[in-house]
Amino acid sequence: MSNIKKLQDLTTQVRRDILRMVHKVNSGHPGGSLGCAEFFVALYEEIMDRKDHFEMDGIGEDLFFLSNGHISPVYYSVLARSGYFSVDELNTFRLINSRLQGHPTTHEGLEGIRIASGSLGQGMSVAIGAAQAKKLNNDSHLIYSLHGDGELQEGQNWEAIMYASAKKVDNIISTIDLNGKQIDGATDDVLPMGSIKQKFEAFGWTVVEIEEGNNIEGILEGMAEAKSRTGKGQPVCILLKTEMGNGVDFMMHTHAWHGKAPNDEQLEIALKQNAETLGDY
Amino acid sequence: MKIYENTGNKDTRSGFGAGLTELGQTNENVVALCADLIGSLKMDAFKANHPERFYQVGIAEANMIGIAAGLTIGGKIPFTGTFANFSTGRVYDQIRQSVAYSGKNVKICASHAGITLGEDGATHQILEDIGLMKMLPGMTVINTCDYNQTKAATLAVADHNGPVYLRFGRPKVANFTTENQKFEIGKAVNLTEGNDVTIVATGHLVWEALEAAKVLNEEGISAEVINIHTIKPLDSTAILESVSKTGCIVTAEEHNYLGGLGESISRVLAKNKPTPQEFVATNDTFGESGTPAQLMDKYGLSSKAIIQASKKVISRK
Repeated sequence: MSNIKKLQDLTTQVRRDILRMVHKVNSGHPGGSLGCAEFFVALYEEIMDRKDHFEMDGIGEDLFFLSNGHISPVYYSVLARSGYFSVDELNTFRLINSRLQGHPTTHEGLEGIRIASGSLGQGMSVAIGAAQAKKLNNDSHLIYSLHGDGELQEGQNWEAIMYASAKKVDNIISTIDLNGKQIDGATDDVLPMGSIKQKFEAFGWTVVEIEEGNNIEGILEGMAEAKSRTGKGQPVCILLKTEMGNGVDFMMHTHAWHGKAPNDEQLEIALKQNAETLGDY
Repeated sequence: MKIYENTGNKDTRSGFGAGLTELGQTNENVVALCADLIGSLKMDAFKANHPERFYQVGIAEANMIGIAAGLTIGGKIPFTGTFANFSTGRVYDQIRQSVAYSGKNVKICASHAGITLGEDGATHQILEDIGLMKMLPGMTVINTCDYNQTKAATLAVADHNGPVYLRFGRPKVANFTTENQKFEIGKAVNLTEGNDVTIVATGHLVWEALEAAKVLNEEGISAEVINIHTIKPLDSTAILESVSKTGCIVTAEEHNYLGGLGESISRVLAKNKPTPQEFVATNDTFGESGTPAQLMDKYGLSSKAIIQASKKVISRK
């Protein structure tokens, strides 16, 4: 089996995990999670140089920070399937006494999580701090982060974006999930942001665009390109064009599934479109 | 009663600067961040000595708190510096999620706290910060009284693993605690022994409490003055032991009575030993422009106010 096929199979399994997790507790955010499934799989399976056990300080390995914490289902699924904790624990998502809180947190000691996120706009600052700690430690590993496009409406991002280029934080690759949607509708209807590419470039970042953000090969190629641009005095931004709800036909091309779980019938249809590969948890 | 000598007026923020400078030499994991107030925070020396460990973030406090949280991931001990107002209310959600809830080892160092910031007026005078910060789970809240104690506290918080809010001020005030003192987080300091009234003070009000105790002593009233530099965790034992002897208490702070030290002590007393208490604090109000001395007088934060409160609370026994 080719490596790409393996990654695609894992992605399909991650989609099933996402759908089953949110369905079980009738809450959570499937839309953005499904849209980023390929990105997370590529990142954790192929791109990051990471240790096989979790250490909070993360010295000597690449680190990832999720800023738009509401897509916790995809994060938890990929962390579990990458070996940070048992996939059985996905059963506890959003339940009382669970380490898999609605939004990711370090509070319960879940392996793989290094910062709480959910209140939007904070993750890039944290990622930059971690990147600067790497420089102080003479650690040549990279920092990766993910942010929603709607999240860029939070002003703190622009403080961070301005800072990262001014301080030449060139060991960070921040990805923007360009799905064009947020809770209240299309980002262009809620608060049009103009050209995000031009904004990042005007702020002194190198921008790499991934047109097919739900295509594993496209992601791997774009991420390799982004990685090659690090260490050159500028922070690197990836604009990842994704489809919210990707892989489930009735969840695509709408913002309706941003924060809504499928009912029993809808789950059945959605799972039929994503046949089990590695085995359900 | 024991008399404390003012060895010369000094600002508490310079105590912070001296402590940070020393930490720069002794602890290579200490890093410092500032939001365009290096001179005001007395961070110049640290910056000059360790430019690679100093981060000027510009006027962007939210970003500063986030970066500080990130720096802890990699083993650094970040000290952030700006005014108390911009260290707390402006960045409350950043502190709440990225520092407190995430359990990050960030030291939020806040100068120009309270009304004694003076002429800049109410936009810059925060009287709500102790309340804001003590409500955050896991946050240690420290408000030091003079230069020597602020320096000692700055050194001590570097060795404490967990988020800390360290509050100090702008004006030059009496420096009366011992040089190179050992600072124990959460441990109250008994300054004078007395039997008639307990006066618990924090920050700039500690010296005022000592001044009040002298006057009361001349009038035959013996006051036990306790310096509570750590508001959270609160040294309940020291407070309860003292009121067991005196039977009444005055709390004094440069802060709104809502959410301040006085309220924390009220809770301890209500649960363990209901005791008459009077509050020397601002009365649910914003500040205004003026000299620190004028403002302390107008807003009832002087030794005079502590004397009046002491007499009143004794009459309620």
